[in-house]
Amino acid sequence: MQIYVCVKHVPDSAANIHILDDIRIDESVAFLLNPYDEHAVTEAAALRNQVPDSEIIAVCVGKPDAEKTIRSAMAMGADRGLLVETDAACDSITTARALHAAIAGDGQPDIILTGKESIDAEGMQTLFRLGTLFDFPVVTNAASLEIKGDRATITCELAGGRSRTFSVAMPCVVGAGRGLNTPGYPTFPDVVKSRKKPVRTLSLDSLGITVGPGSATITALTPLVQKRQPEKITGTPAEQAAGIIRILRQEAKVIS
Amino acid sequence: MKQAGILIEMENSRVKETNFGMITLAAGTDAALHALVLDGINDAAAARLAEYGIHTIVDLALPQDPHVRLNPAVRAQAVAFAARKLTLDTILGLSSAEGKDIIPRVAALMDAPLVMDCVDVDFGTNTAKTSQYSGKVMADIALTGDVVIFGIRPNAVPPVPAPATAETLAMDPRVCAPENLTLMSWDDGEDGGTGSLAEADIIIAGGRGLKNRENFSLIFECAKKLNAAPGASRVAVDEGWVSYALQVGQTGEKVSPQVYIACGISGSIQHFAGMKTAKMIIAVNMDENAPIMAHCDYQVQGDLFEILPELIRQL
Ligand SMILES: Cc1cc2nc3c(=O)[nH]c(=O)nc-3n(C[C@H](O)[C@H](O)[C@H](O)COP(=O)(O)OP(=O)(O)OC[C@H]3O[C@@H](n4cnc5c(N)ncnc54)[C@H](O)[C@@H]3O)c2cc1C
Ligand SMILES: Nc1ncnc2c1ncn2[C@@H]1O[C@H](COP(=O)(O)O)[C@@H](O)[C@H]1O
Repeated sequence: MQIYVCVKHVPDSAANIHILDDIRIDESVAFLLNPYDEHAVTEAAALRNQVPDSEIIAVCVGKPDAEKTIRSAMAMGADRGLLVETDAACDSITTARALHAAIAGDGQPDIILTGKESIDAEGMQTLFRLGTLFDFPVVTNAASLEIKGDRATITCELAGGRSRTFSVAMPCVVGAGRGLNTPGYPTFPDVVKSRKKPVRTLSLDSLGITVGPGSATITALTPLVQKRQPEKITGTPAEQAAGIIRILRQEAKVIS
Repeated sequence: MKQAGILIEMENSRVKETNFGMITLAAGTDAALHALVLDGINDAAAARLAEYGIHTIVDLALPQDPHVRLNPAVRAQAVAFAARKLTLDTILGLSSAEGKDIIPRVAALMDAPLVMDCVDVDFGTNTAKTSQYSGKVMADIALTGDVVIFGIRPNAVPPVPAPATAETLAMDPRVCAPENLTLMSWDDGEDGGTGSLAEADIIIAGGRGLKNRENFSLIFECAKKLNAAPGASRVAVDEGWVSYALQVGQTGEKVSPQVYIACGISGSIQHFAGMKTAKMIIAVNMDENAPIMAHCDYQVQGDLFEILPELIRQL
């Protein structure tokens, strides 16, 4: 199988984000492989164990520095990398077109794994656009995946403990959720090996993608600061409980 | 005049409450508001939609068979069909659990730009506000194109009645379940899918401070008495005390309830990513230096094993 995994290079979720010129973030923070994409790579590695002779290709659209994220994916099992290089901030319409062109130009995917969302843009949509460009079916927030012949049985989580199980024709696009697997930390030898694996770099311009009929552009960024002024509810536990109830009733008006 | 389509979520033949805030957001403009209803309409539901400002109820009733009706690809096809037939320029839907599997499909089908999880939208400039970077940044995102799509975070906008007279327009979306994506079965969870975190007015959540699975019943009991949804930090989920469905945070649900009560939760960046837009945060914590204590509206410093039983007793 040709297994493609889309991996995004994102700021560490624990990093402090500083905003420059009210429109971009200070990128001098640690960047890493998008956490949901770790689940996607982990699943790809598990699939290759089931189907020997499979190849896993990690694909990323990003700045030159994003090669680090491709190396991380290779340390976790990807065999080679494909970096579509651009310094531009791409919206998901363009990103999906770039991923589509890069993958289609590289080989014939049997399955494309992605994360269910990126933790920086929180767009939740690139995978659907990618699937539509290929005319492949798409599922998101996958919690289990089983391939039998030319179809996959995939269970996806919804909120509230609910789930849906689909039968999906291959090739397909699967957005990994947290329930899909538990990513392991790569060992030191894995990391060393990943340095020798090949990464092919393409420029976004060389892909010759057509622009979409619409676009999404960030026009401003503001820090989401907490402007709360904490008030103390003191006293014995009984008094504190009574205080909470009073606030719920009189101030928040959410109980009667 | 703008033509806006609003995808309505129904539950047991009723319009879910969280739709009304979304309608209010659009009712503040001069757009013609079309409610897109996929699960059949009734008089009571139609009256409620009109009460909040819907002008046209588009009855796109899908086939009864839930294998077809609940298939997100089918639902997205129906919305895209209506959008083309009615030449809609704006499409709104809830960024709810279902919405996250439908709205991006509509955007992909129509090749139209989309912002999910919007907390506000300026329809004059088609600019949405949404959080990014694990809830640390508020981004203004401007959309261009013949059709623009917004997924609205449930509870982000308080509903305000704006009565209109609504006419109903029946339309056959002529959908079929795609052969390449069939819905085989579904599990609606223990409580039948009600009490969804994202839509709750009150959430009471527990973290490592609960110490074990048995103690977590304190949170469930309080939730029951308050008619609240129970929630949890990732630690409580990873320890196996509660299911992942209850996790609030960057890799869990993002919620905006009226009140969020955090018990034995320190308030990590990743936890805040999921609940910082709550209207009111009440923190119950032993440690007055826990981050959550500095970023809440009410600090209740103390032992949750003393305070929660009192709360249950007094409610
Ligand atoms: C990529 C990534 C994604 C993540 N996503 C999420 C996410 O979605 N959601 C999430 O929650 N976390 C997430 N985390 C984990 C996060 O970093 C924290 O580890 C987690 O939120 C801590 O959970 P906690 O507050 O329950 O535990 P702790 O931080 O250990 O806090 C426990 C608190 O309980 C208090 N306490 C203890 N005993 C009592 C008592 N008897 N009475 C009162 N108070 C008491 C303590 O004072 C302490 O403040 C993520 C981490 C990473 C790296
Ligand atoms: N620039 C990118 N490069 C590679 N994959 C991406 C990129 N952007 C998004 N993706 C993939 O699409 C998924 C969803 O992203 P998003 O739509 O931004 O939430 C991510 O988890 C990635 O797998």
